Amino acid sequence: MRLTCPLCGPRDRREFYYSGTEDYLNRPPEGAPIEAWDDMLHLRTNPAGVTKDLWYHETGCGSWLLVTRNTVTHAVLATELVAARKGGAA
Amino acid sequence: MRIAGKGLIDRTKPVTFTFDGKAYSGFQGDTLASALMANDVRLVGRSFKYHRPRGILTAGPEEPNAMVEVLDGGSQSPNTRATVQEIYDGMAAQSQNRWPSLRYDLLSINDLAAPFLSAGFYYKTFMWPRAFWEALYEPIIRRAAGLGRLKRQIETASYEKAFAFCDLLVIGSGPAGLMAALTAARAGADVILAEQDSLMGGRLLSDGGTLGAPWVEATLTELRALPNVRLMPRTTVVGAYDQGTYAALERVGLHRPAAPHLPRECFWRIVAGQAILATGALERPIAFENNDRPGIMLASAALSYLNRFGVVPGQKVTLFANNDNARHAARQLMAAGVQVAAILDSRADASSVEDCPVYLNAAVTDTQGRHGLTQISGTHAGGAFQIDTDCLLMSGGWNPLVNIACHQNARPLWREDIAAFVPQSGMVPGLHAAGAANGAFSTQSALREGADAAVQALAALGRSATAPDLPQAEDAPYRLQPLWAVPGKGRAWLDFANDVTVKDVKLAAQEGYTSVEHMKRYTTQGMAPDQGKNSNVSALAVLADATGRGIAETGTTTFRAPFTPVSVGAMGAGGQGAGFAPQRYMTSDQASRDRGAPMVEAGLWYRPSYFPKPGETTWRQSCDREVLMVRSAVGVADVSTLGKIDIQGPDAARFLDFVYTNTFSTLPVGRVRYGLMLREDGFVLDDGTTARLGENHYLMTTTTAAAGQVMRHLDFVHQAYCPTWQVRFISVTESWAQFAVAGPLAKMLLNALLDERIEDFPFMTHAEVSVEGVKARLFRISFSGEEGYEIAVPTAYGEALFRDLLAKAETLGGGAYGMEALNVMRIEKGFITHAEIHGRITAFDIGLGKMVAAKKDCIGKAASQRPGLHGPEREQMVGLRPLTKTEIGAGAHLFNTGDKVERVNDQGYVTSVCWSPVLESYLGLAFLKDGRARHGQRVRLVDHMRKTDVLCEVTDPVFLDPEGAKLRA
Amino acid sequence: MPNLIAKSALFGRAPLTLSGTTLAEAQIGPITSVAAFRGKLAKVKKVLGGFPAPNTVSGNLIWTGPEQAFVLGQAPDLSGLAAVTDQTGGWAALRLSGPLAADTLMRLYPLDLRAAHFPKDTCARAPLGHMQSILIAEETGFLILIFRSMARTAWHEIETALQTLTARSSAEI
Repeated sequence: MRLTCPLCGPRDRREFYYSGTEDYLNRPPEGAPIEAWDDMLHLRTNPAGVTKDLWYHETGCGSWLLVTRNTVTHAVLATELVAARKGGAA
Repeated sequence: MRIAGKGLIDRTKPVTFTFDGKAYSGFQGDTLASALMANDVRLVGRSFKYHRPRGILTAGPEEPNAMVEVLDGGSQSPNTRATVQEIYDGMAAQSQNRWPSLRYDLLSINDLAAPFLSAGFYYKTFMWPRAFWEALYEPIIRRAAGLGRLKRQIETASYEKAFAFCDLLVIGSGPAGLMAALTAARAGADVILAEQDSLMGGRLLSDGGTLGAPWVEATLTELRALPNVRLMPRTTVVGAYDQGTYAALERVGLHRPAAPHLPRECFWRIVAGQAILATGALERPIAFENNDRPGIMLASAALSYLNRFGVVPGQKVTLFANNDNARHAARQLMAAGVQVAAILDSRADASSVEDCPVYLNAAVTDTQGRHGLTQISGTHAGGAFQIDTDCLLMSGGWNPLVNIACHQNARPLWREDIAAFVPQSGMVPGLHAAGAANGAFSTQSALREGADAAVQALAALGRSATAPDLPQAEDAPYRLQPLWAVPGKGRAWLDFANDVTVKDVKLAAQEGYTSVEHMKRYTTQGMAPDQGKNSNVSALAVLADATGRGIAETGTTTFRAPFTPVSVGAMGAGGQGAGFAPQRYMTSDQASRDRGAPMVEAGLWYRPSYFPKPGETTWRQSCDREVLMVRSAVGVADVSTLGKIDIQGPDAARFLDFVYTNTFSTLPVGRVRYGLMLREDGFVLDDGTTARLGENHYLMTTTTAAAGQVMRHLDFVHQAYCPTWQVRFISVTESWAQFAVAGPLAKMLLNALLDERIEDFPFMTHAEVSVEGVKARLFRISFSGEEGYEIAVPTAYGEALFRDLLAKAETLGGGAYGMEALNVMRIEKGFITHAEIHGRITAFDIGLGKMVAAKKDCIGKAASQRPGLHGPEREQMVGLRPLTKTEIGAGAHLFNTGDKVERVNDQGYVTSVCWSPVLESYLGLAFLKDGRARHGQRVRLVDHMRKTDVLCEVTDPVFLDPEGAKLRA
Repeated sequence: MPNLIAKSALFGRAPLTLSGTTLAEAQIGPITSVAAFRGKLAKVKKVLGGFPAPNTVSGNLIWTGPEQAFVLGQAPDLSGLAAVTDQTGGWAALRLSGPLAADTLMRLYPLDLRAAHFPKDTCARAPLGHMQSILIAEETGFLILIFRSMARTAWHEIETALQTLTARSSAEI
């Protein structure tokens, strides 16, 4: 498996640490009901198809990536820097 | 028998080798199989289950019968295919799965028991009594079945791994592969041509066609001269993985005597922009009664032996086939002067014009010959026949080698016209099948498809290429009439390697295992080292017939990597010995070893366990002395392994407030504060001290174990939640060597070395200092409970400072202390490590619930407040002191006195223990239900592993100096 | 003047030459990390007289991460613009040069290091085996920066790969 780091280019999977779903990007605001935290921390979809998850270029540049890929075809559709994503935390 | 004037072996280079202890000779370029054949050795192995005598079936890596053990120096390679293994001077091979000898194998008794050993035998027989499963059945089955043996010694041979990259990977160097490589190479693409054989050319070297070795050599000469082409012979592509990654196994040292540093094999990971599957096709056996005797082989294999190696498998040969193509073998053998007794063609309408008798509508129904074929019998259009023959060639048609195209779980397509499965496009993205692998069996069509596939593959890479002019080659149509199994009552083998017969497959169908996947598991068909390469399609055809479904509907089982067996040594190449994990050494390493300290692994680091003195015979003696030394004088320990992260920026304080539960924005410059970090789910991630070096500059300390994890966490929090904040951080763990100096005389020791003496240097402060002319950072922190300092210098000076500290400490009656003493002292003080914060522990559990600041948000705060993460039902950290001087151990569980020792009554568990030489008691840190409310009570500590059962008093986790008077002295 | 003796990571280790390819510890002097604060890269660039693009080396500046570079030498005053951190002692520098340099490292790095694909003044943050490293392409080989504590392992791995390639070339029939 290979992922394209937006900064370093296409790299072998061994350079990356897999962290899980993109849900972790959506941190509830302070004072949010416990259900919102439960959603973010524990409730997961398990799609057969397109999914977005977080990978860390651990033995590379240290960037966190948001990777769009297909769990059925294994195609990697897009990678973007978490820090640069649109609609991200300001 | 060797044939003069034939073959690509080097007859000027004789090679001597042994098989089962007997010496033979062959030539450079021979495989073990061809050399044995040249020496008229027909019996090469015994079968898996019935111990049937077996010879050579094929001339390639798919061989199911001729598997041997090769002994090479300290190594023993089981299940080595004699059809692949090249001979070299001094090579020693032996047959396997026989006792006492290949010819007289006592376990061939299994053959007589065959009626009881049918499909599902194990499932039906070894059911009960239950107690016999492990005691009796398993050992017996293991001894009786199985092929090669392992040596049961540590593998000392070396293996290699390597990475390669190319625009186009061409898998296979037959007509399609060569033409593909040539087309792409001429277009300037970066090409790798991988071939499992030692020679490139594939079937062009074997089939005796017009386009033979000279054209291959001319093509290879051109390819070799191109800088953009890499030829990789002896390299089998074994798997197709995601994003154009292919695994390949290269035989590097297996065909020559062992030499220092010469790897046996190299495991390649090839990243290819596009790839071409030109793996060719495998000829199919036909199932008929006793079709497994030595001397019965595939027609194409005989052609290989004749044209490639200059040997013939018999003196009086017969051919049994269902297609036109196979007749080449008979014709060429006759041309080489070998007698062909008959061609037996299963078809009624085939041509009967050959230079030997041809019988149509023929079927072989039985064979004779105990250790090798002597006679066949059967029927044909004219009635029954018996023929004396020592070699029967069979051909049931061809199966394209679709395996690699199927490695990502796509299924091949059944083509009725050629009665075979072919790949469909797009099964593996970027992989194009060409030639026989794609069902194009004539040489001419293979050349054409190879060129076309290369043009197509390059187009996908945005490059243009033109197909070269194709040379003239055979283009005869491939005509066959499917024949999978000759009807009959006896045993007709489908899977030679696992001894699976037509009957077994039919029985499976009868007993309800009608899915091909169930049939496979019930009969074990396709589960031997050849992975069903010779039998899968025939077996599912028989199953289809037995169940009344078509072959397409029946479908194939899943094709999985690796295509051919890969030794574990090759897959783990680079991971042996020191290659297993990096070894991290502190600057004090040599100084510690000079003092005889045994080193202990702490993550990847090597740290001194203790520093033995003359007369000390156990670690405990050294450890006790070191503890008392620190508590009464001064000790020095290298603590450089702790993670150190330099954090800078206008938003640094704000960022720390966000990642730590407590507040760092209020920390004055020059001060140090203990911090606790949570995971977002509310559990403790790590702890450590952080110093404020400047208004916008902090130095964070992490535990040794979690340094990498904390860095990853900080990167995530910053990049995901606050990317606009002006804060940056970088590890400086390796930039500083840091030493703990602890004990009542710590300040005296430091002042002997510091360029400016320190006087009032309060607890939890730090300063820039100078030590022996070197800039240094000094922190007043303590993990021992004593007056403690940590002094950090640039790493290059670490060893020198450590040695100087020790020399001066020894003058004061102090010295070095190791991990054991460090651990004892922190337990005496109730300080936690990752033994306590092991991932299921909350701030509340360790008594630090109040450290989660109410006034601000932080990572993990919300979740830490959810029900269940705090309260009396939680196991809380406590101290334990056994009432007697019984040794206790970590991992022991706690019970209320009077309760039965059962899981339901479990009250908690012990995480750390030590012998405290100061308190003269064993001490433990433990997590106990509602523990903080139970100080002074007694619990029962039970350790089934160490057979301990002892009453303990529950105490505060701080055993020594709970007010911290010494710490702040 | 310091009274403490400074030692490099592989102090006293003699260079190793096999098949005309040499592995040696390199002395590259001070290393300073410069990590620009958000929005300050342009100003940092001005002060430094340039800033390397990802995966490149520009003069004495080596790209090491998002808006981050190592300066070989001291960095000028960048206060308020970037985090400046002394990294000198933290890294061991190994230099591998000669005809087998790329092939040797392609046993250890999952990267295409052939000159056409990784030319001089290219750099990469990439793992050498299991170890984080910074790899820099030079005129006749590579400069490898590895965490100082792992220098011995890095040496061992490179040495083993080079020995293997040497054994391969002498075994060619």
